Amino acid sequence: MKKQLTILLIFFMPWMLISSCKESDSKIQSAVEATLKDNKDVNGASASVKDGVVTLTGECNDEMSKSAVDSSVRKIKGVKDVINNCTIVTPQPSPAPVVIAEDDPLTKGVTDATKDYPSVNATVQDGVITLTGDIKKTDLPKLMMSLHTLKPKKIENKLTIK
Amino acid sequence: MALQDKYKELLDTAKTLGISNLQAREQDNVLYIDGEAPSGAAKDQLWNTYGKIDPDFRSADVVMNVNVSTMAPGVKVVVTTEKSNLNIRKGPGTDQPIIGKAAHHELVTLVSKTNDQWWLIRTDAGEEGYAFAQYLSPQN
Repeated sequence: MKKQLTILLIFFMPWMLISSCKESDSKIQSAVEATLKDNKDVNGASASVKDGVVTLTGECNDEMSKSAVDSSVRKIKGVKDVINNCTIVTPQPSPAPVVIAEDDPLTKGVTDATKDYPSVNATVQDGVITLTGDIKKTDLPKLMMSLHTLKPKKIENKLTIK
Repeated sequence: MALQDKYKELLDTAKTLGISNLQAREQDNVLYIDGEAPSGAAKDQLWNTYGKIDPDFRSADVVMNVNVSTMAPGVKVVVTTEKSNLNIRKGPGTDQPIIGKAAHHELVTLVSKTNDQWWLIRTDAGEEGYAFAQYLSPQN
């Protein structure tokens, strides 16, 4: 009986040792997830692990960050290989800067727009329209709508509203 | 992004109203809103919302350039002066000579838009010249 147990132990020992050395997929999974969590190289990343092979998905900004993610995952204990399915995002073009009208056409536009409001004075300086004088409350939106189409930098309304 | 928060209701209204080519850009503490309104009523509603957030338009932090897209060349537009006739001028500018008049509430044809302020119009009587766009509105 004792002899049989010894044989059994001898037979199973190597397997026990091997399996204890080999990192389980779930352990690798959580290690990979921890690595990806605070990784700035990749957005919305997720990983799946099968027999030590990690498959990565997510979005990287460029090739460099894609390979950076790759190598940081490869360093994790138990990872045999990495299938990197991360896509590279094409950056959205940043919006074109706002075009402000030159003072000359702007001044002409302001003169035309305020022509029917003789009690309104308007000056233009570096794209900024400054309004002084007074106006009827009902006329204010109409004047504003018209001035806002002239592509000014901004409109300083110092009008007294009657 | 602070201004986009302050004027969130305005931008949301613009989306709800179906303002096309809508663009909201913040530059040097001014929010620039551009787009095309599907109707004159939509444009008015947008301005009402703006006036609610910034009463009397005193904050100087928005430039809203939204025009009405239905007012395209070829369509009939209505003269919406206070009560007087609308001057038709030889060129785009109040310094240009007056060559005709369109009556208050008269329907005229929009020939082309020289700029946001001056549009070339033609009356049914055949007078053609430039009129101030502020006094031309879409037909309801």
